[in-house]
This record gives sequence, structure tokens and C-alpha cells, in this order.
Amino acid sequence: MNPRWLAGKVAAALVTLVFVVVFNFFLFRVMGDPTTQLARLPRATPEEIQKLKSYYGLDKPITGQFLDYAGDTATLDLGISQRTRRSVWDEIKDAIPWTLLLVGTGTLLATLIGAWLGVIAATRRGKAADDGLLGFSLFTYASPEYWIGIILILLFAVWLPIFPSGQQMTPGEDFSSWFAQAADVAEHLVLPATAMTLMLLGQYFLIMRSSMVDVLTEDFITVKRAIGLPWDRVVRRHAVPNALLPLVTLSAIQFGIVAGGAVTIETIFSWPGLGELTYDAINDKDFPVLQGTFLVFSVAVILANLIADCLYFVLDPRVQAT
Amino acid sequence: MTDQRVRDLLFDTWRGRIGLGMLGLFVFLAVFGSAIAPDNPTASSLDVLAAPSADHWLGTTENGEDVFSQLLVGARVSIVVGFAAAAISALLGATVGLIGGYFGGWTDRGLDALENWFLVIPTLPLMIVLARLLEPSLGVLIAVIGLTSWAGTGRIVRAQVLTLRERAFVERARALGASDSYIIRTHILPNTMPLIFANTVLIVAVAILSEAALAFLGLGDPTRISWGTMLENAFSSGAPSAGAWWYVIPPGLCITLLVLSVSILGYLFEEYVNPRLREQPA
Repeated sequence: MNPRWLAGKVAAALVTLVFVVVFNFFLFRVMGDPTTQLARLPRATPEEIQKLKSYYGLDKPITGQFLDYAGDTATLDLGISQRTRRSVWDEIKDAIPWTLLLVGTGTLLATLIGAWLGVIAATRRGKAADDGLLGFSLFTYASPEYWIGIILILLFAVWLPIFPSGQQMTPGEDFSSWFAQAADVAEHLVLPATAMTLMLLGQYFLIMRSSMVDVLTEDFITVKRAIGLPWDRVVRRHAVPNALLPLVTLSAIQFGIVAGGAVTIETIFSWPGLGELTYDAINDKDFPVLQGTFLVFSVAVILANLIADCLYFVLDPRVQAT
Repeated sequence: MTDQRVRDLLFDTWRGRIGLGMLGLFVFLAVFGSAIAPDNPTASSLDVLAAPSADHWLGTTENGEDVFSQLLVGARVSIVVGFAAAAISALLGATVGLIGGYFGGWTDRGLDALENWFLVIPTLPLMIVLARLLEPSLGVLIAVIGLTSWAGTGRIVRAQVLTLRERAFVERARALGASDSYIIRTHILPNTMPLIFANTVLIVAVAILSEAALAFLGLGDPTRISWGTMLENAFSSGAPSAGAWWYVIPPGLCITLLVLSVSILGYLFEEYVNPRLREQPA
């Protein structure tokens, strides 16, 4: 990999990150007046409020406050949750694995199924299967993912009670083995992961379909057919690997949408990740937690974009030539 | 884009007819929904979470309110927020794209960095933060959604202006001594208008979904009924586990159909503006 190119990409990501930190500071300290957060103590005397202000460093000049904030953020000191009185970073640290599990499963399934359906549609262009899949993907794109989640609960947790409708494992259960616990989590994962998959599937399908349509009209495909290779083999061995490329970048670019989906889907299924943490923070006006989850979501998207750039560079020789 | 071509596109293609028909129905509801609603949508009764009946076509809510009436009244927020936020987004995106693309240099670099930043930041979390810091109201929702969704439009407009700037008719105008504002008004803007329009129609769909999501998360205008707040109330009152399908399915279906109609029209205009998007027949 070209080291100068990589250094440029990393520098750009770092600049974006610095902007996020500055933006976060201004958003919560300047636009959202921090004294409203202190107003949680309705009977506090002016002296007590003054004491709290100096405790939080709010009596310092704004540049000093920013330097404090930037230093704290760099050392992962994101403040104290007003709801639980725990450190925000501890709350976030507990939530990250659950979000990764949900988002990872959803993205993986959406990529695989989307690619598969995309190949089916592209090789049957204009036929009923293609039209049906296009209509389905347009519908899932247009429908709110949390509504799909509620319908899944109705169908598979209420009417046909085969899956649990919420939480990450059976509460109060004493698991006999590691395996039993994993199985219980997997069972709880089915519905939220399905909602996440359905939310992303349409995009993956459409990208794979149009990418396949493009590849199938290229000369090398015609040549492979002309030398007498069977059609199935041309599709599987030659067209699909070439058409998969745009899907790689999509998984990363989608990350911003995934972050939004994590908030609503985790809310629906009481899944204890960053999204539910955000939802609780919205309802309790727990600004330190809201600020923390926004920071983590932003960092995740910036990282995902950087990784996608690198992957594209490695996978597509045409980019390296330029 | 000539009027005749647009008319053909809307009335003589099946996609145009379906999109326009569905959108027309929802716009009608947005205007007359509260007038034709059979019941007062906020009148509670003892009929709590009742299944559909002759009295309540789509059953009742957890407070015994008429779901069908709420559904009719709720169209207004989606339509108003969707179109108003998209208008703000179009204005911002077009201005930034035009100025950056036309003047180039450091102006362009600065604006481009700003666009990139807005494209990278996860939109829904950003909207959540902004909406939570301000007190939720219709105006706040419109502003928050408009301010966070313009970057894509800016990017597309900028690219178009970059090519227009080098075209012969623009160079000719410049050689004849035309001012920048004259060139932008008479040559650049009219040639980017169709693109801005097609893109804005697609932004309407995004804005409607964003309003619904924010309302669902409890950040909607608390004084108005919208499909998002209906879903929020249904969810937090436990309607899904009570099996009250009449309460949870209709609002989401309305959001889906409205977004679908706007998207169909948006794609239609986009293909018209950018023929390369049109697929060659198999």
C-alpha cells in the first residue's frame, strides 16, 4: 500500500475527528446551556449552584473549558451519567459489544443475502423474479425499520410465540454452561438482527444488482461465453467476483445509517447497546451520555470510512494506478 | 425541463401515475384530514385498545381514542415537515454547491470540507442531539432535518457547476464582461435547476422518514399528532405485545406508502435529468 496515500487518508480522518470533538463541545456547552443540567436541583441556592459550576469547571473562560474537555475526551473521561451516576465511559463500554453483535450480524446477513438476491435479479432481468425483488427492496427502503421490528414482534413473539420479543438474554436465568448462555443470546438476537438485516438488505441488493448488470455486459463475459464456458460457471467464477467490489465500500458507507438503525431497533427490542443507551439518555435528558454516544457513533463512522478506503485500495488495482 | 416533458413523465408513465396518485391522496389528507376525521382524534374513552368495529374502523388507542381519525390527522405533520425540511436542504445545498463550484479556490475547499463533514457524521444521532438540546416543536424538527441533510445536494450541484463553468456559453458571457452574479443567475442556475429539483424530491422522502424516527424516539412536536408519535404511543403503551395490530400497522404503512410515492417520483425525475441512470433494455 502506498504509504503517502495512506498517511493522507489517516490525516483526513483525524481532522474530521477533531472537528467532531470541537462540534460536540460547542453543541453541549454553548448551545445547550449547562446550567439547565444543574437545574435538576430545583431547590439549590445560588451559592450551591456556584459551587457546582466551579466543580464542573463552568466558571472558567470558554477556551479553558474547551482544553479541559478535549483533555478529558482524549483520556476517555466523558463525565458522569446523570441517570445512573456511573461514569459515561463505563456505560458505553458495557454497551459496545451488544451493538457490535447486532450490527455485525445484520450487516453480514444483509451483505450475503443482498449479494445472492442481486445475482438472481441481474441474471433474470425484466422477469417476474427481478420485478418482485425490486419492488420488495423499494418497500423495505421506504418503511421505517422500527416499524418492521414491531411487525416482527407481532408475528413471531405475540401471535406465534417462538422468539423472545426483547432483551439480550432470559433475565434471572442461571446458565449451566457457556454454551447454554450463547444459545439463549442467539435466540434473543434473531428478531432484532432480522430487523437490522431487512433495513439494510434493499441497498445491498440494489448495488449488487446494478453492479452485476454492468459486469454482465462487459466484453470479457462475452468472450468467456463465446469460448463455450457454461453460463452458470461464467456467472459464478467470473461475473460475481468482479461485481462484489462496490458492496465492500457500501458496508462502510452504510455505517452512518446503521448507527441510526441501532438506536431505533435497540429501543424496540430493549437490546442493551449504544442505541438503547441513547434512547434512555433522550428521555432522561442525560446530556453527558448523549454526548458520549454521539461521539462514539461518529468515531465509528469515521473509522469505517477509513477502513473502506483502505479495502478499496487493496482490492481494486485500478485505484492504485492513479 | 420543459413543461410538456414533465407532464408526459407524470401522466403517461405508470410509475408517474402511481406516485402522483398516492402523493395526491396524502396531500389531500394533509389539508382536509382533520375536517373529514369521523371522531375527535384526542377524545379519550373507556374503550381501551379495542379491535376494529363499526364505531372505530381501525380500533382505539391505549386511551380509547379513534385510531382512524388520528391517522387522517397525522398526515399533515409528515407532509409539512417533509416538504419544508427538503426546501431548506435544497436552498442550503444549492447555495453551497453553486458558490463552491463557481468560485473554486479556497472558498471551494472550505465548503467541500464542510460538506464532507456533514456526509460523514451519522445523521440520525446528530438530529437526535440537536432536537434534544432544543425544545421539540414543528419548527425545530424542520430546521434540524433541513440543516443536517443538505450535503448530498451540495455535492451533486457542485459537480454540475464545475462542468458548466467551463462550457463555451459561460466563457462567452464572461468574455463579454458579464458579472458573476449575472452568469450564475442566467446560465448556471437554470442549468442546475432540474438536478436540484430531482434531488430535492428524494430528500423529501428522507425528511419524512427522519421526522417519523425522531417522533418515535420522543422528540416530535408534543402538541401534534403524527404517524411517528402514534407509533411511539403504541409502542410505549405495550400495544405490540397486546396484539393490537390495528394500532401499530396503519401508521407505519402510511409512512411507507408516502415515502414510496415520493421516492418513485424522485427516481423518475432523476432518470430524466441523468439519462445514464436509465437501464438499457435487457
